[in-house]
Amino acid sequence: MASENFDLIVIGGGPGGYVAAIRASQLGLKTAVVEREHLGGICLNWGCIPTKALLRTSDIYHLFQRAEEFGLKADNVRFDIEAIVKRSRKVAGRLSGGVGHLLKKNKVTVIDGEAKLEKGSQAPKVVVKGKDGESATYEAKHVILATGARARTIPAAGLEPDGKTIWTYKEAMVPETMPASILVIGSGAIGMEFASFYSTLGAKVTVVEMVDRILPAEDEEISQHAKKAFEKQGLKILTKAQVEKLETTKSGAKATIKVDGKSEAVEVEKVILAIGITGNVENLGLEELGVKIERGHVVADGYGATGVPGLYAIGDVTGAPWLAHKASHEGVICVEKIAGQDVHPMNKSNIPGCTYCHPQIASVGLTEAKAKEAGHEVRVGRFPFVGNGKAIALGEDQGLIKTVFDKKTGELLGAHMIGAEVTELIQGYVVARQLETTEAELMHTVFAHPTLSEMMHESVLDAYGRALHY
Amino acid sequence: MAIEILMPALSPTMEEGTLSRWLVKEGDEIKSGDVIAEIETDKATMEVEAVDEGRIGKILVEGGSEGVKVNAVIALLLEEGEDESALKEAQSSTSQKPPPDNEVKGKESKTSETPAERSESRGQEQDEDEVPDRAKRASGSSDKGRNGSSRLKASPLAKRMAEQGGLDLSTLDGSGPNGRIVKRDVEAALKDGAPKAATKDAAPETKSAPAKAEPGKISVESLHLEEGTYEVVPLDGMRKTIARRMTASFRDVPHFPLNIDIELDRLLELRSELNRKAPEGVKVSVNDMLIRACALALIRVPESNASYTDEGLVLHKHADVAVAVAIDGGLITPVIKKAETKGLAAISSEMKDLAARARERKLKPEEFQGGTFSISNLGMMGIKSFASIINEPQGMILSVGAGEKRPVVKNDALAIATMMTVTLTCDHRVVDGSVGAKFLSALKPLIEDPVTMLL
Repeated sequence: MASENFDLIVIGGGPGGYVAAIRASQLGLKTAVVEREHLGGICLNWGCIPTKALLRTSDIYHLFQRAEEFGLKADNVRFDIEAIVKRSRKVAGRLSGGVGHLLKKNKVTVIDGEAKLEKGSQAPKVVVKGKDGESATYEAKHVILATGARARTIPAAGLEPDGKTIWTYKEAMVPETMPASILVIGSGAIGMEFASFYSTLGAKVTVVEMVDRILPAEDEEISQHAKKAFEKQGLKILTKAQVEKLETTKSGAKATIKVDGKSEAVEVEKVILAIGITGNVENLGLEELGVKIERGHVVADGYGATGVPGLYAIGDVTGAPWLAHKASHEGVICVEKIAGQDVHPMNKSNIPGCTYCHPQIASVGLTEAKAKEAGHEVRVGRFPFVGNGKAIALGEDQGLIKTVFDKKTGELLGAHMIGAEVTELIQGYVVARQLETTEAELMHTVFAHPTLSEMMHESVLDAYGRALHY
Repeated sequence: MAIEILMPALSPTMEEGTLSRWLVKEGDEIKSGDVIAEIETDKATMEVEAVDEGRIGKILVEGGSEGVKVNAVIALLLEEGEDESALKEAQSSTSQKPPPDNEVKGKESKTSETPAERSESRGQEQDEDEVPDRAKRASGSSDKGRNGSSRLKASPLAKRMAEQGGLDLSTLDGSGPNGRIVKRDVEAALKDGAPKAATKDAAPETKSAPAKAEPGKISVESLHLEEGTYEVVPLDGMRKTIARRMTASFRDVPHFPLNIDIELDRLLELRSELNRKAPEGVKVSVNDMLIRACALALIRVPESNASYTDEGLVLHKHADVAVAVAIDGGLITPVIKKAETKGLAAISSEMKDLAARARERKLKPEEFQGGTFSISNLGMMGIKSFASIINEPQGMILSVGAGEKRPVVKNDALAIATMMTVTLTCDHRVVDGSVGAKFLSALKPLIEDPVTMLL
């Protein structure tokens, strides 16, 4: 039984945990991170980053298909799925190593193993079972849970991965062969990114969504736009549809899907489950400590406090939105609060969301419907890609930038985008919202020409009836 | 370059103050820790100590100046080896930054473009709404916050919301980075009913139509008094603070009073005995004993020592007892911190010191802010009983009436006893009737059997 004392122990080395640890170390706290698998967590190893590597491949492949349009000759363009996956893994590996280096540079102790909490004096004790089966107990003044989340499954409906035919994101990221057909259950960001990747590389993809539109968290107009774009690419989209039964067959899987009251059987080679996320709250000793858990997630306040003295929780384990950047930011706020700094809880309405399918989707703040629901009288601006010079030059003239303002105060309530590179554009509006600019400052801002960002300006102008180029 | 001496913030909420007088003059050598000036805020006079060492090069804000903004440069200090040329350099560099007044004006004219543009795009129907706004802004330029030299930091959205809500931004504290006033501050202020922007004579038509006067604002004119039959005493900082805090408390806090009679004879006896035997200079007052008794009662009934917040009831672990002290032009409530840990002699000498300095308006902010409970005693002025207004965010305040001989029934016979009536005003959001009653029933025996409070 080794024992060492820290100011702070962070459980989980994902984007919430490792960022919290670095910030804590910067603030002079003696800090350790416990990680059971890979530093960088799901994000770096099985999420954000490797999928972006895969999608880069499918984007390039897609452009090859359009070579002639750009005056290029490219014959016999093929792909090698093994090499695609290999590149994706290499990218993840490189970044995971980078996190290890950052932690070392910041003098954060990394403890390999699986953590479990026990009652302690100031904060719960952290018992870490190493890979060799040996346990060691660590004590700290503060403990942050950053254990993340995983794919939700519903075994009762057969919605449970078998690792071979029925996949979650994890298996979908490392295919051995290219499936001819895929059924994607769930049309959130994860579902649509895989649907886009596999469809571009030639698989016949069907997407099933329970509610009446895909990407249900986005603005309705964006959902509609996305649906049209995907259908044009050959995806089959079933909305208001529910998978009643899912079973594996010799050649793949057979799903019984209920659409409009009628049941329909779909046979596919692979199935990807993207039906939501659930927090990693098990086997941590949380129940014994009296940590409040609701719907699979730890309940924490705006500073991460769980109500159990010395125990905090941040990131995916505390619930939606399940985003790496939200986790990192919560980690920083939690640590700064612990260090006695004057901080405010994060403004959750100002967390941007990005989906890297083709076309890309990005948004921040309230949708038009949500804004009205909240009692705002709104002014809405729209600007289509087809009115932008740079977009046309890029050969990306499909898309839309939509802005929603409060009619009275001129507050930018939300921004919603679909089209090329919008995931890089959204930050402009996030900064504007954080600084609390009104339409006036945005109108007075000079946007460089020729850029896609000009559309952001035009969309604001349009909300006030002043768009110049459309 | 010369060192700038800035107007200090004496409390977290201070935005401006009066530089009452300088204790040094130009050319004086000073060292760190020297008292160089006196500054008056809404509640206190405080001494400003030098932070750096050097020679006073130039005094930029004269003694007796009112409304000096926090962080305004009030004087320039020459460091060793520097001569007057450093002064010029410093002044020219301050004037190279846009001079404060111009900066404010520049900002004004810039923002006033915005509504014009807005009305252009919003169409005719909006124009009417914009008129008072613009007029308000024009008259506002002579208002507070404009003559000081520190820039008002606020987000564009906060400015616009304040403008629309008729809120004077210079009365707010910003919670954003570096004190920037942001949306949440304005929202909170609008919810709390913070002071409205001064909009007197906003537009000619407003003057001729008093019915349109700004809601919540009371003008002298609205009293319809005959000219020459009154005089107007300007509101000083303390009066404004009392008006704002008491109005907010009486409006927003659900008050209710509980009163009981307490027999004082044994307490008076004990007090005489204590003072007879006390060393030179120690003289315990009835009030000192009440402070101690209240502190003990608060600790015995912890749920009564509490403050209401929307996030939860705050239970205080110590009894920080605030005592209302009447002073010229108002009152102030110095606080005996952790009173439950202090004996009568300690409470007595601390209270004496605090009250004396309160009358000179020389309390430090931390000496009159905070407090978990208040006592207001008007007994010495012959008041029989009264119910005070809660001193937010405290949950209770005890109003103490005069001790007087009254006929009482003891053992079924009429007797004479010295009695006083105390009234406990409670914030019902945090202290329910039964909790208040519990507090009083803990307090009563401590006073009626005062030996117990010596323990």
